[in-house]
Amino acid sequence: MVGIIGYGVYIPRYRIKTEKIAAVWGEDGENMAKGLGVFEKSVPGPDEDVATISVEAARNAVKRAQIDPTDIGAIYVGSESHPYAVKPTGTMVAEAIGCAPHMTCADLEFACKAGTAAIQVCMGLVKSNMIEIGLAIGSDTAQGRPGDALEYSAAAGGVAVLLGKKNAVATIEHTSSFTTDTPDFWRREGQAFPSHGARFTGEPAYFRHVGEGARALLEKTNTTVDDYDYFVFHSPNGKFPVAMGRQLGVPKEKLEDSLVVRQIGNTYSASAMMGLANVLDIADPGSKIFMTAYGSGAGSDSFVIRVEDEIVKRRGEVPTVQDYIERKTYVNYATYAKFRRKIKALG
Amino acid sequence: MGKRVAIIGVGMSKFGELWDKSLADISLEAGMYAIFDAQVKGKDIDGLIIGNMSAGRFTGQEHLGAQAADWGGLGNLPAYSVEAACASGGAAVRQAYMAILSGEHDVMLVLGTEKMSDVNQSMAMDTISVASDWEWEGMFGATFPALYAFMARRHMMEYGTTEEQLSMVTVKNHKNAAHNPWAQFQSPVPLEVVMKSGLLADPIRVLHSSPISDGAAGLVMCSAERAKEFTDTPVYVESSKQAGDTLALHDRADICSMSAVVSSSRSALKEAGLTIKDIDVFELHDSFTISEIIITEDIGIVKKGEGGKAVEEGLTEIDGKFPVNVSGGLKARGHPIGATGVAQIVELALQLRGDAEKRQVDGVEKAMSVNIGGTGATSIVHILGR
Repeated sequence: MVGIIGYGVYIPRYRIKTEKIAAVWGEDGENMAKGLGVFEKSVPGPDEDVATISVEAARNAVKRAQIDPTDIGAIYVGSESHPYAVKPTGTMVAEAIGCAPHMTCADLEFACKAGTAAIQVCMGLVKSNMIEIGLAIGSDTAQGRPGDALEYSAAAGGVAVLLGKKNAVATIEHTSSFTTDTPDFWRREGQAFPSHGARFTGEPAYFRHVGEGARALLEKTNTTVDDYDYFVFHSPNGKFPVAMGRQLGVPKEKLEDSLVVRQIGNTYSASAMMGLANVLDIADPGSKIFMTAYGSGAGSDSFVIRVEDEIVKRRGEVPTVQDYIERKTYVNYATYAKFRRKIKALG
Repeated sequence: MGKRVAIIGVGMSKFGELWDKSLADISLEAGMYAIFDAQVKGKDIDGLIIGNMSAGRFTGQEHLGAQAADWGGLGNLPAYSVEAACASGGAAVRQAYMAILSGEHDVMLVLGTEKMSDVNQSMAMDTISVASDWEWEGMFGATFPALYAFMARRHMMEYGTTEEQLSMVTVKNHKNAAHNPWAQFQSPVPLEVVMKSGLLADPIRVLHSSPISDGAAGLVMCSAERAKEFTDTPVYVESSKQAGDTLALHDRADICSMSAVVSSSRSALKEAGLTIKDIDVFELHDSFTISEIIITEDIGIVKKGEGGKAVEEGLTEIDGKFPVNVSGGLKARGHPIGATGVAQIVELALQLRGDAEKRQVDGVEKAMSVNIGGTGATSIVHILGR
């Protein structure tokens, strides 16, 4: 069976508090933070992008898995902020971690779920013995138009997952997806910031696709909420996954550990995977995890994951999600605007 | 006047953000329910009128009359839409009333419809604002929340109306809507939540304002002499009156009163041979809670300046002396602009028939609706009876 043989994360060190952003736009910061369930978000430094973030996460994953990088036969990087429109991020990652050139690689895009789509692609390649190990990455330096609701949550981070058959730290027992053409959020070629359908991004988009996708996999596997110890949902903010959990009847304590969005914001393609990584950092062997990632446009990928004994041995070598969350330097709005190249005169 | 007009069937679509339905879907839904309720056949209907404010901007579709007749399978009957901003629905009812009174039409389908959630919020706000005096108000950013904020602030200055009173209208209407299966918001909202909701235009907050909604309402109306062919419980239009006022707020002598509401309600009562005390239940146009307060004063439920106190003292509660907006009103039932005036009549017809279930007011004999456009440049008043 295909499993996660290693995983690694990276979160940029800079943070801006929700109230600092709110103050610039004349909003009530405390209410905004509470309402969104996002208290601060990660900000990439001026020399960080999806390539550097992906490399950091991939290095952590390889180190944890204790594999020879040349055994990696495929790299797929899912992101909506690839540094190049044409030229893959994946090749840079491949060279940096030393697995080029005898391997395949491509960049993926499916809004916030391209990382989990990459996991599914790698699962297929591993299962069919086309490759021995696949590297799936979800990584983003998300864009939020200044003053837009998204600015409070659009954050940066990356998660790399190695898929293989040997020495898995967690087994992916099942996966399924739910996909429709639903235009809730989009960014056209050349545009600096995405557009969104405001309230339309809720019920008909996130909640329908995550809810229906999760229900379909529960039904397919003939399981209920009671069969799982942890739930992870894509977290565009702290409010949606909690509401989703409520709709599906998930007890609060089973969701709590996935809600890293409160401290780092929405890391887009890394969002659900970051929640999963935080759970893998602490879960006991034998634990069952149910994850549903969501991507606008729109679709969801659901996974049933069992934590294996091997995981205990693989802890302590690389930084955890919490290590990165705690490693932080606050910046003010001006510095944030400079780092994110939002100051127009600077170009 | 010998001839009378009856309402023999009512129908509604759900009001709310109906992402998975089109304008035509909801119009036909309300129309079909009204036709089923009236037990008329398609071939009995000889005309169709739709109240709609701005389908062209909200959805890209105009020529709604032909569309509804065609898609509804009603054949080649005369069909058209009427527009009077937020009073478009009331205007459609009044047009049908006059067409039947004139003898030109016998049995008519009246629809009110609006699909507002297909555009983004700024486009929706712009589209709503074209109902103001665009060259003097809307173009300069005087949105409806801003215009009603002028009225509310002046009312507070002149008469001591309070923010609590503005908020109590919301609390009352949400409480009522909890019993209305078609309402957009079917849950009560506590006063402190209303008082703390986001400011749109001081003193008007989000929860003092009707929402952006999709929805449709329908009626089958016919001449009174034919009503009993179709139903045992017809409801009669006792009077239908309309008046106008300046389009722009700044041209009015007094912005604490809507003179079109004063004159249309007076003339409607006069024609029906009634006084305000004879009316048992009211649907008043609460696009903002201040408008419900002003209208309760303008139609004479209370004296000018006492509308705030009226809601505070429970006079307009469902079990009060003058129940106002037992449906939840525009605030909580929702305000799909063109549908509102028709939905008011649907509610009053149900109240008169005794079919309003958990929100039924006891012993309703006479009922009044006030449907206004803009800040009161159009006012359409209907009085219904059993």
